[in-house]
Amino acid sequence: MKYALLVHQSQEHFDRRNDKAAVSAGRAYAEALQAAGVFVAGAGLDSPRNATTVSIRDGKRQVHDGPYAETKEFLAGFGIIDVPNLDAALEWAARHPAAGFASLRYVHC
Amino acid sequence: MSESVTHAAIETVAQDSYGRLIAYLAARSGDVAGAEDALGDAFIAALRRWPAEGVPEKPEAWLLHVARNRMIDAARRKQVQQKSETFLQQITEEAASVAATQEYFPDERLKLLFVCAHPAIDPSAQTPLMLQTVLGVDAARIASAFLVSPAAMSQQLVRAKNKIRDAAIPFRVPEPPELEERVSFVLDAIYAAYTTGWESLMETASTHHALASEAIALGRTLTQLMPHEPEAHGLLALMLHCEARREARYASDGDFVPLDRQDTALWSQSMIDEAETHLHSAAGFKRMGRYQLEAAIQSVHASRAKTTHIDWKEIALLYEGLVRIAPRIGSLVGRAVAIAQAGEPLTGIFCP
Repeated sequence: MKYALLVHQSQEHFDRRNDKAAVSAGRAYAEALQAAGVFVAGAGLDSPRNATTVSIRDGKRQVHDGPYAETKEFLAGFGIIDVPNLDAALEWAARHPAAGFASLRYVHC
Repeated sequence: MSESVTHAAIETVAQDSYGRLIAYLAARSGDVAGAEDALGDAFIAALRRWPAEGVPEKPEAWLLHVARNRMIDAARRKQVQQKSETFLQQITEEAASVAATQEYFPDERLKLLFVCAHPAIDPSAQTPLMLQTVLGVDAARIASAFLVSPAAMSQQLVRAKNKIRDAAIPFRVPEPPELEERVSFVLDAIYAAYTTGWESLMETASTHHALASEAIALGRTLTQLMPHEPEAHGLLALMLHCEARREARYASDGDFVPLDRQDTALWSQSMIDEAETHLHSAAGFKRMGRYQLEAAIQSVHASRAKTTHIDWKEIALLYEGLVRIAPRIGSLVGRAVAIAQAGEPLTGIFCP
């Protein structure tokens, strides 16, 4: 089963992502995923300040700046993991070193 | 064989084995709704064929065999993934071996209980899911006990079952350290079946609350499946103690009678005895918990039938423990009352 692991962080946590400790914890986590053979894909995301939104209204494309983070925590990265079941996915999600919270979605494929 | 005898035989199997059959089928396919449909078809086939052919020697194995074929057919129709085919192959083999031997098929109800009370399932769906899958309680009855429309209830149940299947919530008994918390979810969901009845009791002024016996049946099942879990015994003891006083709770004019003024002659001594036996077994494990404490408080009240007085100091002490483990408003109030009754009202009010 493939699950999308959506990692949400606070601004404070996000700002520390390039600190030495955060970088090494992130690397260790990625290596653990690889070693367990469950890693499919994943990436950290740039700040929501630099996000661009496209919406389609009446067949017309509208592009605008944002979204700005309105909530305390925002989507900061994602991963796709291939594990036997939800409990296994929850284990991995709970081990993520920088997640304020993480949500899991089953990936249809 | 006469039709009524066959129907009685089918009813007996349904009553004794429904939850075990569903659990067995669902644990292998990961699909609760699919297991229910298949077993439903198997019961229909039994109603059609048993009157003419006679009740099979091993009715459960017969039903399992038919249900398994239905699941394979359904899977083929849906052209499901390779993985599900493997599960079904496994069921085929296991069902064949069940039919061939005298042994009973494995009991997977504990795994089913953990799935129903999985934290990924909507909390309000957990108890209904247990009642429906483990005991086979009719969805309309569950809806009326929970005071929601049958349509809303079945929608909630369908959603929960879809999530179990699609998100692949595993049929497993969790291991420590996860186990303790997960057991508490199962206990809470069972207790909710008992207390839900209390709300409908207020609404209908009936002396019997809707799901009490089902909740106790679930509690009994859990003590059989987890004989070494003290809180399972504690929960069953608590429910039995409360249920023992059903006849004494209302006066003939319908007025509520507080516990300390109830006529103890109306209490069910056999239920009290059973509750005490479970509380005693729980104590043997030397691991205290919320349900054991609550049951112990009820046990002190129950002893009034013999001693004619209530040991409020003892009750206050038990509440003290309960407040530490589960500081809820109910236990805080209970502690204050017990301390006041024990003759130390100021402490009862002012001590946090």
